[in-house]
Amino acid sequence: MSATLIPISGLQVASRKDMGAALAKGGGCSAGSCGSSQGPADMDPETWAKVKDHPCYSEEAHHYFARMHVAVAPACNIQCNYCNRKYDCANESRPGVVSERLTPEQAARKVLAVAASVPQLSVLGIAGPGDAAYDWRRTRATFELVAKDLPDIKLCLSSNGLALPDHVDEIVAMNIDHVTITINAIDPEIGQHIYPWIFHDGKRRSGIEAATILRDRQLRSLEMLHERGVLVKVNSVLIPGLNDEHLIEVNKAVKARGAFLHNIMPLISDPAHGTHFGLTGQRGPTGAELKKVQDACAGGANLMRHCRQCRADAVGLLGEDRGQDFTLDKLPEEIGDATEARSAYRDWVAEERRDRAAATAEAEAAVAETAKPALFAVCTRGSGRINLHFGKATEFQIYEADARGIRFVGHRRADNYCLGGHGDTARMDEILRVLGDVPYLLCSKIGDGPRKRLAEAGIEAIDGLAQDYIETAIAAVLHSKQTARPGLSAERA
Amino acid sequence: MALKIVKSQCTVCGACEFECPNAAIKFKGEGYIIDAEKCTECEGQFDTPQCAAVCPVPNTCVPA
Ligand code: SF4
Ligand code: SF4
Ligand code: SF4
Repeated sequence: MSATLIPISGLQVASRKDMGAALAKGGGCSAGSCGSSQGPADMDPETWAKVKDHPCYSEEAHHYFARMHVAVAPACNIQCNYCNRKYDCANESRPGVVSERLTPEQAARKVLAVAASVPQLSVLGIAGPGDAAYDWRRTRATFELVAKDLPDIKLCLSSNGLALPDHVDEIVAMNIDHVTITINAIDPEIGQHIYPWIFHDGKRRSGIEAATILRDRQLRSLEMLHERGVLVKVNSVLIPGLNDEHLIEVNKAVKARGAFLHNIMPLISDPAHGTHFGLTGQRGPTGAELKKVQDACAGGANLMRHCRQCRADAVGLLGEDRGQDFTLDKLPEEIGDATEARSAYRDWVAEERRDRAAATAEAEAAVAETAKPALFAVCTRGSGRINLHFGKATEFQIYEADARGIRFVGHRRADNYCLGGHGDTARMDEILRVLGDVPYLLCSKIGDGPRKRLAEAGIEAIDGLAQDYIETAIAAVLHSKQTARPGLSAERA
Repeated sequence: MALKIVKSQCTVCGACEFECPNAAIKFKGEGYIIDAEKCTECEGQFDTPQCAAVCPVPNTCVPA
């Protein structure tokens, strides 16, 4: 299902062009491309150095770098109404769900194996399925083992924050320079409807008391980490009718305390998952609702729009999960390291980035004349290029182009249209639904059938710009539209 | 005087294991079990049995 990452052999290619070709062929980020407000231009050099190879912290980096999570920390000190740790289904991907629980030793072996075959790997995260800061012994043991063998891999930790203040010193000492805290509410009146209980100081607590303790400890961890120079990302789950308006307050509060990035994610709520919200019929937000809240937070903490709500044991570039390729039983006996391959890959990325930045600048200058914002759905598997077949896309990168430039505004998921060579009508309906407001689709290839269906729905599929940088392609489309319809320029004049 | 874990309900999250003040909870085979010899029901140590307090599934750590 998931695209294969570039194999080590691909890294021995002589030229940059060949490497690019190897990437396009071998796969890469099926999620791909996220234009970035978060590039080197809007960051101080010190921060940029910390995030430039981190796919979750930098939208730009997520074209090129892969992360992996290991599930070593199953114990949790709170209960969330959107989580149910009882069910683990191998067929689904959602946060909090894992198929394999590892000991720190097993986890370290797995990280080594992935690092040896996935040169894009730059980050190891521990995000549960419980709470990494609460289950600290296992988290720490894993990080220590990995840091010893792979000093170039960045360490990253996700937590609900309740236990975080107790570990700040160790986090700093261990060079963990990225922490994610999930904060869904700062008003305990609202928080109490999200968390049925917390376990703190030897006691289970509930209601306003629990929500207040949790909130205070979350904000304190954020302040403490920020003071010590650790980058903190805040995650919030958008629960319609419960915290949608409130997230704007959350955004302000976390920004004031130094949060580097705020990631507002949609609630995943399906009765089959057995979560409280799933069972009580609490629905998740629509893409438009999500965008509305994200847009309302503009000007607050920087928003992350490329989150994939990864599984706690995901492996690979964002948006793909190769976890199943690296289960314990598939790890080789002998695991070599591939430090050289990783550094060769990083050199390649540095050049590719310069090139793409230049292409983007040019493309943006070219669309500066465009008055009305236009949306584009892009099929990509990474490197900032249009390099994915429409039938293989499981999600679409959404770009917006207007006078202010070309930027990534989000991604929309839809199961891939092509099922073993056959198009599936129900899936096509779903794609048409999620792309309802998008007039253009860019992909490397598309069949006649789907092209026609898209056209009937008012979506123009364009596959003539395969392998171009996304920004360049968008500029080219807009340009051809303008010249094709001279009326447009006349209007503006 | 001991608690036990209702196996069919346990999510194997491990939360109880590391809260137990007496190291009475161990991962065995498929899930967690409580060693009745070691379990004190947390008496004298905490107000409530720690495994029951932390367990995310209600009525899973119960009197044996
Ligand atoms: S913090 Fe994470 S693992 Fe714990 S209950 Fe909430 S979602 Fe589940
Ligand atoms: S009741 Fe207390 S002593 Fe007994 S198993 Fe649970 S945590 Fe351990
Ligand atoms: S806390 Fe409850 S669900 Fe988790 S392992 Fe212990 S008994 Fe099982």
